[in-house]
Amino acid sequence: MRFVAVIKQVPDGESRLKIQGGRVDLSGATLILDQMDEYAVEEALRLKEKHGGEAVVVGFGPERTEEAIRTALAMGMDRGVHVVFEGYADPVAVAQALAPVLKEEAPTLVLTGGQQADWDSQALGGTLGEALGVPVVAWTTALELEGDTARAKHDLDEGAEWVRVRLPALFTTQQGLNEPRYPTLPGIMRAKKKEIRKVQAEVRPKVALLAEEIQEKQRLGKILDGKDPVGAAEELVRLLHEEAKVI
Amino acid sequence: MVLVVLDHDGNRLRKGALEALTRARQLAEGLGTKVAGVLLAEDKAPLEEAKKYVETLYTATLGPYTAEKWAAGVLAAAKMGAKAVVAPSSRQSRAFLGRVAYALEAGFLEDTLDSSLEAGEVQATRYAYLNRVTQRVKSPLPVVLTVKPNTTPLAEPLEAEAEVVALKVPEIPTVEVLERVEEEKKGVSLTEANVVVTGGRGMGGPEAFRLAEELAALLGGAVGATRAVVDAGWRPYSEQVGQTGKTVQPALYIGLGVSGAVQHLAGMNKSKYIVAVNKDPEAPIFKHSDYGVVADVHQILPALVQAVKKLKD
Ligand SMILES: Cc1cc2nc3c(=O)[nH]c(=O)nc-3n(C[C@H](O)[C@H](O)[C@H](O)COP(=O)(O)OP(=O)(O)OC[C@H]3O[C@@H](n4cnc5c(N)ncnc54)[C@H](O)[C@@H]3O)c2cc1C
Repeated sequence: MRFVAVIKQVPDGESRLKIQGGRVDLSGATLILDQMDEYAVEEALRLKEKHGGEAVVVGFGPERTEEAIRTALAMGMDRGVHVVFEGYADPVAVAQALAPVLKEEAPTLVLTGGQQADWDSQALGGTLGEALGVPVVAWTTALELEGDTARAKHDLDEGAEWVRVRLPALFTTQQGLNEPRYPTLPGIMRAKKKEIRKVQAEVRPKVALLAEEIQEKQRLGKILDGKDPVGAAEELVRLLHEEAKVI
Repeated sequence: MVLVVLDHDGNRLRKGALEALTRARQLAEGLGTKVAGVLLAEDKAPLEEAKKYVETLYTATLGPYTAEKWAAGVLAAAKMGAKAVVAPSSRQSRAFLGRVAYALEAGFLEDTLDSSLEAGEVQATRYAYLNRVTQRVKSPLPVVLTVKPNTTPLAEPLEAEAEVVALKVPEIPTVEVLERVEEEKKGVSLTEANVVVTGGRGMGGPEAFRLAEELAALLGGAVGATRAVVDAGWRPYSEQVGQTGKTVQPALYIGLGVSGAVQHLAGMNKSKYIVAVNKDPEAPIFKHSDYGVVADVHQILPALVQAVKKLKD
């Protein structure tokens, strides 16, 4: 059995973003393994620990993505594949670039985060599922293997459902599925020696990025003292009614 | 033809479907073409409603939702000649439209705030980087585009009823649904609500949410929660606002005992007005607020409910 986690490297949500020439410039930002993808890595590790086989991490992105792949290797993944691509690529183009690599790996199960913290895309599960011709379970919160099928729980817009799906299949992961482990020092040492295969991506972007800007909405920043709760509440309601006109 | 996915809840078309329809009509006008709808429903009610909104309505009954079946249904309709597919950006539609976009080799524009036709290509804006950045993107046709809730006026019905065309959808292997875990439906849906009252860990426990519910009901809104609250089991995950929860963009967001972590802000920082109640004057959420009250939530919340009641009288 082979469990594959597909990951990205993204800026830490706390880090400051800059704009340079109409594009987000990440040169000063702390870059991390996407926290949504951490759930995918953790689940691949758990499945391997329970059922045996191999856990492979596949990263998509520029050279620096190797750091995020190393993080996954330090968590315990066996080896990595880095599909190298610099720039913006839409989810269909990413799936087209990843499909040949993933087909070669012949995974039992593919896992990837439910949403990317850089382009805020939720589409990779669907596009990759179509590219590989396998079913997708999105926003998975529980997962068990039962022979050549998997039983999983996942969220819908309202409520959730339990499903059974024949393998190979793809699962997008999220909070609740597991608690990702931290890389240990021995894990980090071992990760240095693990193989990362580099593949130059064939990317044919369909969507072009025209401009990016940081748009922090200007807030009024009015602070009321709540020492007199009734007075503060009445003043707040008045402001919302008369000034903001939202109630 | 521009194809609009007429999403519904089994009974009625969702608000999001009518927003998508407005966008579809705008694109169709620019392209000099018509709007067709696709409706995947088992029940009669959404069909009767959908007929009022488009000239051609493609339908199929495929059984309960699975991403694969819905993708196949929408794809069958798109193959009737769609230059663009427009859908509301619900979780479910975003899940299956990726399949559709890949199969059509289309540009996939997710969660768009607006869309227009420029020199034969579709341009749109959308948020990125946990909602902190606005991206302007463009794609040649064909394009698959999802519409962020509360960004677009709702479409009006047409004078004449649609011609209904039954689709032939190929059988595809798919996931087998074993059991639905229904969620109690209370009032307005979180993502469509105009007012969202969110409680954080500062609420101290599940009991205080009774008053948050009362406040939300008085304002015609919905209750939200932070992840800390959901992890503690005080509120269901379906109410979580943020990166791993829902994205809301109401006219008024009220955060009670919420610290304002980036992952939470990602789900609400585009609200029109943000109100924060926190006993810590240094709480990060105050930097992102229009109105802040430095106070204990247990003292402010009852007073707030009373003050709103007084206003309504
Ligand atoms: C990958 C990832 C995804 C995440 N996704 C989400 C997400 O979708 N949504 C989300 O919310 N979080 C998410 N988080 C978690 C996020 O980082 C924060 O931990 C969380 O938002 C904190 O919730 P909180 O504000 O309720 O709690 P806390 O941070 O504990 O804040 C509680 C606040 O209440 C105030 N307070 C305490 N008592 C009172 C009182 N009596 N009256 C008034 N104020 C009081 C305190 O001063 C404090 O500011 C995610 C984290 C990760 C790593």
